[in-house]
Amino acid sequence: MAELQLPPTLTPLFDGLPRRVEVDAATVADALDELEERWPGLRDRLCEPGPALRQHIHVYVDRERAELDTKLEPRSRVHVVAAISGG
Amino acid sequence: MARTLLLIGTRKGAFVLESEDRRDWTLRGPLCESWPVYHAIHDASSGAMYAAAASEWHGSAVWRSDDLGETWALSSEGIGYGDDDPRKVSKVSSLAARNGRVLVGVEAPGIFQSSDGGETWSLLTTLAGQPGSELWDDPANQPPGHLGISALMLDGDDDARFWAIVQGVGSFETGDGGQTWTPRNKGLRADWPRPHEEVGFCVHRLVRSLSDPARMYQQNHVGVHRSDDGGESWFEITDGLPSEFGFAAAVHPHDRDTFYVIPLDPGHARCMPDGQAAVWRTRDGGEKWEKLTRGLPQQHAHLGVLRAAMAIDRHDTPGLYFGTSTGQLFASADEGDNWTEIADHLPSIWSVEVATVD
Repeated sequence: MAELQLPPTLTPLFDGLPRRVEVDAATVADALDELEERWPGLRDRLCEPGPALRQHIHVYVDRERAELDTKLEPRSRVHVVAAISGG
Repeated sequence: MARTLLLIGTRKGAFVLESEDRRDWTLRGPLCESWPVYHAIHDASSGAMYAAAASEWHGSAVWRSDDLGETWALSSEGIGYGDDDPRKVSKVSSLAARNGRVLVGVEAPGIFQSSDGGETWSLLTTLAGQPGSELWDDPANQPPGHLGISALMLDGDDDARFWAIVQGVGSFETGDGGQTWTPRNKGLRADWPRPHEEVGFCVHRLVRSLSDPARMYQQNHVGVHRSDDGGESWFEITDGLPSEFGFAAAVHPHDRDTFYVIPLDPGHARCMPDGQAAVWRTRDGGEKWEKLTRGLPQQHAHLGVLRAAMAIDRHDTPGLYFGTSTGQLFASADEGDNWTEIADHLPSIWSVEVATVD
């Protein structure tokens, strides 16, 4: 199982969504599909049409910058980060 | 006892103020997880509140509250042009709701509707084929602010009739629920070249009299204008005001000839002239104007008020409310004669709406 760490701006939007979630997924996109099934509407908060990651949402897989098609290993650590921006 | 609610949309969340006498107010917020809220409304027919919000991180969504703002949930299901469309929804910017239907205007310009209280949405119209739409459909050709459909205005009786403002283009009216549209900009002024006769006007705020639906007013980028035929034609009533520029406007709910604007310096400042806060009122449909300042700051008050940031209630003696880009909220319980600051230090205020609830 890969482990996702989600940004603190996301968790208040969905009942019961924790900061850390384990998923059984082959790619980042698959992981988001799994989250979408459990928390409908979640994918739209991270992705825009294309589909693509939103401009200010960055994903890292095992510390490397990732995109939706990046592959996950069974023990991958995935960080979903709301970019440090705004004011 | 009936309570007056003010719904405030700000750069960092929605706020709700509540009062039984329109003098003592309690403030709640920030709501909607402090998302930037472009417009927040109360739907009298359902009792729900809606807030159009767009997060830089998490995209656009409409928030709904069924308990007058205590708790909120959001949805954007169906709000979007699809994976293969070059147009993107950069923000949801304007709301209207009545009788089981909620409308939200977005940028790139389009209107989405919901018939299930904002849980799911579908595209109603992009006003495709209207003169000028080839320009506003170009993602690279959006005006500063990128509001898209900057306002929606419902008819008082006919659910199929409403008006939409396309930012920087003009006003359009539909009489068939959004299937067909007619530009409503005849007689307006523009100080710039326009590729089409019927559009290319910068309508900032459109309001309509409740006592005479044929009477409309608008604050335009250039001038204040009046219509006596439901928006089919317009004539200018700017004379007597200190500036032709402004954003906000309100019409008295019981007197079609009483109308309010907040003139602003048209330059980069876009603040009230001379550092003196003032609302201007006409009692005769724009023949004469009076400057209302009692209770408003008159020194070093460089206040800006945006297009959706003034509202008027429907009490026998109506109350007026406006919010500033620097987070002050002012109220008058006597048609603008006397003003009080009822909140300060809020985030930049983008919209003010008023509702009365039991």
